[in-house]
Amino acid sequence: MKTSRALRSVAAVSAAVLMSAGLVACSSSDDKSSDNGNQPGTEISATGIDDGTELTMWTRAPLERQAKTLVEAYNKENKNQVKLEIIPNDDMEGKVGGAATNGDLPDLLAGDVVRLPNWVDNGLFTDITGQIDGLDFVSDIARGHLDAGTTTDGAKHTVPFVTDVSVMFWNKDLYREAGLDPEQGPKTMKEFQEHAQAIGDLKKDGVAGTYYGGNCGGCLLFTWFPTIWASGDEVLSADGTEALLAGDSAKELYTIYRELNEGGAVGVGSKEETGATWTAPFQEGKVGVMSYPNTMLSTVIEAGIDVGVGPIPGIDGGESTFLGGDAMGISKDSKNVEQAWHFLSWMLSEETQLNVVAQAGDVVSRVSLLDNEYSAKDPRTLAINKVVESGRTPVSVNFSEAFNAAGSPWITLFRNATFGDGATVDADNDAITEILSQ
Amino acid sequence: MSSSTLSPAPAGLKKRPGSKKRSWQGLLYATPTALFVTGLFVVPIIVVLIMSASDWSLLGGNKGTNFPKNYVDVLDHRMFWDAVLFTLKYTAIATILLIALGLGLALLVQESTRWKGLLRTTFLIPSALGLASASLLFYALYSPQVGPISAFFEKIGLTEGRVSVLGTPDGALWATVFLIVWRFAGFYMLLLLVGLQGIPGDVYEAARMDGASRLQVFGKITIPLLRPSLALSTIMCVTGSLLAFDQFYILTKGGPDGSTMTIVQLIYNLAFESKRDLGLAAALSVLTLLALILINMFQLRVLRGSDEK
Repeated sequence: MKTSRALRSVAAVSAAVLMSAGLVACSSSDDKSSDNGNQPGTEISATGIDDGTELTMWTRAPLERQAKTLVEAYNKENKNQVKLEIIPNDDMEGKVGGAATNGDLPDLLAGDVVRLPNWVDNGLFTDITGQIDGLDFVSDIARGHLDAGTTTDGAKHTVPFVTDVSVMFWNKDLYREAGLDPEQGPKTMKEFQEHAQAIGDLKKDGVAGTYYGGNCGGCLLFTWFPTIWASGDEVLSADGTEALLAGDSAKELYTIYRELNEGGAVGVGSKEETGATWTAPFQEGKVGVMSYPNTMLSTVIEAGIDVGVGPIPGIDGGESTFLGGDAMGISKDSKNVEQAWHFLSWMLSEETQLNVVAQAGDVVSRVSLLDNEYSAKDPRTLAINKVVESGRTPVSVNFSEAFNAAGSPWITLFRNATFGDGATVDADNDAITEILSQ
Repeated sequence: MSSSTLSPAPAGLKKRPGSKKRSWQGLLYATPTALFVTGLFVVPIIVVLIMSASDWSLLGGNKGTNFPKNYVDVLDHRMFWDAVLFTLKYTAIATILLIALGLGLALLVQESTRWKGLLRTTFLIPSALGLASASLLFYALYSPQVGPISAFFEKIGLTEGRVSVLGTPDGALWATVFLIVWRFAGFYMLLLLVGLQGIPGDVYEAARMDGASRLQVFGKITIPLLRPSLALSTIMCVTGSLLAFDQFYILTKGGPDGSTMTIVQLIYNLAFESKRDLGLAAALSVLTLLALILINMFQLRVLRGSDEK
């Protein structure tokens, strides 16, 4: 019978339907959001209110340690109490999206600086321009995280929460073995190439000159953009709608890595590295020199690696870094805006930055405090802190689609440029622009 | 049409007293299941259909109707056809290998006299592991730095130095296929073994009496009588492969160069990573659903058609 056959066919795919539906289903609701998002002039006092309110906060799992340190210190010192919820990194976008639709966002919302422009653009945050500009140390706050939450009309929505910068790490033991000066990391990318090749030429089992996330868009914008900035070039146009990744310094950077690949100096896993294990080989003592996230310093030291730390250089000198990490703002759904601002202003204060953030070995968000008693104890920490001053954060609404997402045109560009012959850089750069300009 | 009067119902078809009450009882018995199916199956489909026709962004919510633009945009997306072609290619490879290997293992277990229990358990063990866990295990096994597979290839002289198994499009595809075969072959063996054991022994005995060779018995008796089990296995395998996600998300993230991007990965990508557009992702989900219905109807017609004539 035809009908029963059709019914059986439908039944056979029911599981498939549920899975497909489950991927995208989310409850529809009326727009219950408050109208704080992107609305200027919400009246908040300079320091906010500390009256024993319970505040909710969301942050992503990679920053759990830093978030807990801050929240525990705040809850100890103040009447307001922050209830922290840690969200798995890959679930963050979906969770925030669902909550934004239903008006259920927490009071305090932290997000990756590269995602923030899109969040701000969608009105997820309360405009706190007046409060930020009212701080007597506003010019002292690291710019990148402020810029990420600033709209084109100048409205500010976020402040730095956790600063994660990219720096150059080198393994001093491998430097010694290769006859290199273990106290001098590369000052130019040409030197970087020489050092990496020298260590690769040792032909030690499982040891590579360098390593990179060859299938990880986020890893490489974090570690390669600084070289382009340090060389005096830009990666994006001022309005974030055009990619400038086919310039001279960018092409030289790709050439350096392509030649290192050809010379056998790049760790073999680089070609497939999705980012899941991109920091692991260095921690295992298997990599000579590579760009690396500063937040991994203590882990590397604990792993017994004699590590040198320096800024990421340009092709022929200079230095820069990618000011990554998370910025934080007050969500559009917060009913406790004054109390939430109290937390943010407390977090940015000199006492908190020194006695909580710096003491925990993290990078402070105030430029004048980068050279402090805690960072002075270890030249490596000081090197990390100093590079913040020259740091940048690129801002574009379609950033994730163009750079971070699986199969992004940025991944195509650097794979063709470093594993291929590098002949398609201009066309691949245009493909990035096509997405940025949508 | 001419009007006609209904002839009185034959006496044998007259409703017996109490049948109305029994039909209400039947409805009551079916209500919990009906509610369950409606809540978990019908409502999500309706939501997805509405979503697919709406301008529904992940962060901005529903901003109104967007039909048929979502469907047009999905078909125009730079990764759509690559994802479709790759998913079909992967489905064909995985289905052929899994059904062939599953049948081979089932026959091996069926024919074995002394080791039947041991073989069945051994083949089935990988199926006890979750797919995500198995994918993570293989991610470590394939790792050029710490994985034994790359080291083994190097040791036996197959490669010069460590190789990046997942670093090329073909390597990534076949490495994932190997994982899937390892993980699911035992499961399909079990399905087909149940079918094999359901074939009456006297049919084989009659064939042997008639002088049929082993090959003739397999081709003329085993395969035709195994058709329902083969149909079920093939449909499950095709559906599962067309909806592949976990293994590729963990092993390759759709790479290298988007070469292992499956349809469901693209749905996830559109919803949560790149576009953050639930309307677009829902449109692709609906297209996937329609494709699945058509493919499964075709399979049922081919695999079970002759049984129902």
